[in-house]
Amino acid sequence: MTKLQVASSPHHHNQRDTGAVMRLVVYAAIPGIAVQTYMFGYGVLVQLALAVVTAVVTEVVILEIRKKNTERAVKDYSALLCGLLLAISIPPLAPWWIIVIGTFFSIAIVKQLYGGLGFNLFNPAMAGYVMLLISFPVQMTAWLPPVSLTIQNVGIWDTIHTIFTGYTATGFSIAQLQATVDGATMATPLDHIKTALSEGYIISEGLNNKIFNASMGVGWAPVSFAYLIGGLVLIKAKVINWHIPASMIIAAMAVSAVLSIYDMSTHASPWFHLVNGSLIVGAFFIATDPVSASTTNRGRIVFGALIGFWIIVIRTWGGYPDAIAFAVVLMNLAVPLIDYYTKPGTYGHQNKVRNMAKPSPAKKSQQGDK
Amino acid sequence: MTNEYKELTLQGLWKNNPAIVQLLGLCPLLAVSGTVVNALGLGIATTLVLLGSNITVSLVRNIVPNEIRIPIFVMVIASFVTVIELLMHAFTFGLYQVLGIFIPLIVTNCAIIGRAEAYASKHSVKFAAYDGLMMGTGFTLILVLLGATREILGLGTLFSGAELLLGNWASDLTIVVYQTDANFLLAILPPGAFLGLGFIIAAKNIIDQVIKDRTQVKDKKVVQRARVTGTDI
Repeated sequence: MTKLQVASSPHHHNQRDTGAVMRLVVYAAIPGIAVQTYMFGYGVLVQLALAVVTAVVTEVVILEIRKKNTERAVKDYSALLCGLLLAISIPPLAPWWIIVIGTFFSIAIVKQLYGGLGFNLFNPAMAGYVMLLISFPVQMTAWLPPVSLTIQNVGIWDTIHTIFTGYTATGFSIAQLQATVDGATMATPLDHIKTALSEGYIISEGLNNKIFNASMGVGWAPVSFAYLIGGLVLIKAKVINWHIPASMIIAAMAVSAVLSIYDMSTHASPWFHLVNGSLIVGAFFIATDPVSASTTNRGRIVFGALIGFWIIVIRTWGGYPDAIAFAVVLMNLAVPLIDYYTKPGTYGHQNKVRNMAKPSPAKKSQQGDK
Repeated sequence: MTNEYKELTLQGLWKNNPAIVQLLGLCPLLAVSGTVVNALGLGIATTLVLLGSNITVSLVRNIVPNEIRIPIFVMVIASFVTVIELLMHAFTFGLYQVLGIFIPLIVTNCAIIGRAEAYASKHSVKFAAYDGLMMGTGFTLILVLLGATREILGLGTLFSGAELLLGNWASDLTIVVYQTDANFLLAILPPGAFLGLGFIIAAKNIIDQVIKDRTQVKDKKVVQRARVTGTDI
């Protein structure tokens, strides 16, 4: 279909539409997903399939109800990406309805009820994750140890069986799968340290456990590094700017460095915070969501830095072990304010002359040409 | 039923519903609508206060100096809230403990002072009383609807804790709609109240829109109007 496209300025020709950008993000996540599947089993892929199907179906149904152009919206891959981000955030063996409810909530309520792509205030995947975490804390924290540490070998059939029935084909429950040879339940690295601290141990004692390898969580750190590679590719391809990931990671490092200098025994080192949990995935794939993040470069630095700050604060004093979703959703709320105070000066005018008019209601859906 | 009563009923229950149109009294609405029984308890308490305050305000409307009417209304409302609170303390102590601070907070419910100021202080007693009853009923209906939705989604039951309101015999009233190990906690937590209220308001707006569309279609068919001047606005 050839049709004359009339667009508003700038008339800079760009080959990338929204769909191309979203597709690139999906491709960049592939190394991370591959490593995550290798480390945590086939559950990751099953959750991914469930999430993507739910996301696309929900998107189509809601757009049909809203009488919008379904085809174009599905081809921009934003629903698929949202499902993907949610799927890699939840435990691989979580029951099927967790990911279905979460994805439906993300797409239908957080995205479409606010007006669809480009109008959502919150990052849909992370708002969906927060909803799941506070609604179903038990299922959402039932992470299995990495495959290399488990005693039960969970094959692909067992994985599907567990996701749909709660038990493996041979009758093991998730709680039994979590147990190790000595019967102790293994938690995620962040969970483990949090529990150790609450039981009166110090950090170095907490790290002395077989789920850690030189303060890097076994299975967790490689996943983080794989996503780091994908993230760097995204920056190189100019899909995302460096501002948010850099400021987010630097701020998180700085806050945790200050805390650990203040008290080494009860505050984990910056390195620990970097490689465990989902700081890197969050910095490159989640906080950089073009719609709900800040739109000015200075604003992005502030936005990223405050997310980094909140992550460490919530990890240290909060009730939940990890905090990417809470920090991102919290800072999404602050984006209009950040954008207002970091508005760049009009070209040809001095920067300090701040136009006190209201921030322009510019649509943020086209993010190919940041 | 005369026209005035009909209009008051329509206003209180639908067109000017305190909870979903005026959006007043949201604090208790959102805080205690976790179960049907809590919602019903607070709804009845609010209705009684509204009824009493509207009657009293209407009775004294001609002798209250205009300049100090608001403090007087507030005192009237506060007195009724105290009465209700003491009654609940005496007869439904369990519910009194569950609702806690939200019973005294009825004083600050803007729906009540709003009705006193906007309606009761300008109309005779019987109309004021009926207005209070209808506004209170409208508020209670929305509270119960929200409470039922949240209770079904979050706990899978209806009327759990009915004995708090009605006495021990009522503990059999609890209906188990479905049973699950994984309760949908979001519905019980505050965000569930905001989401639920949003959906109720949206549903009300859709219904209004449908009614409006229908009547407009009818009007178009009936009204054939020839424009005779170019200036009528």
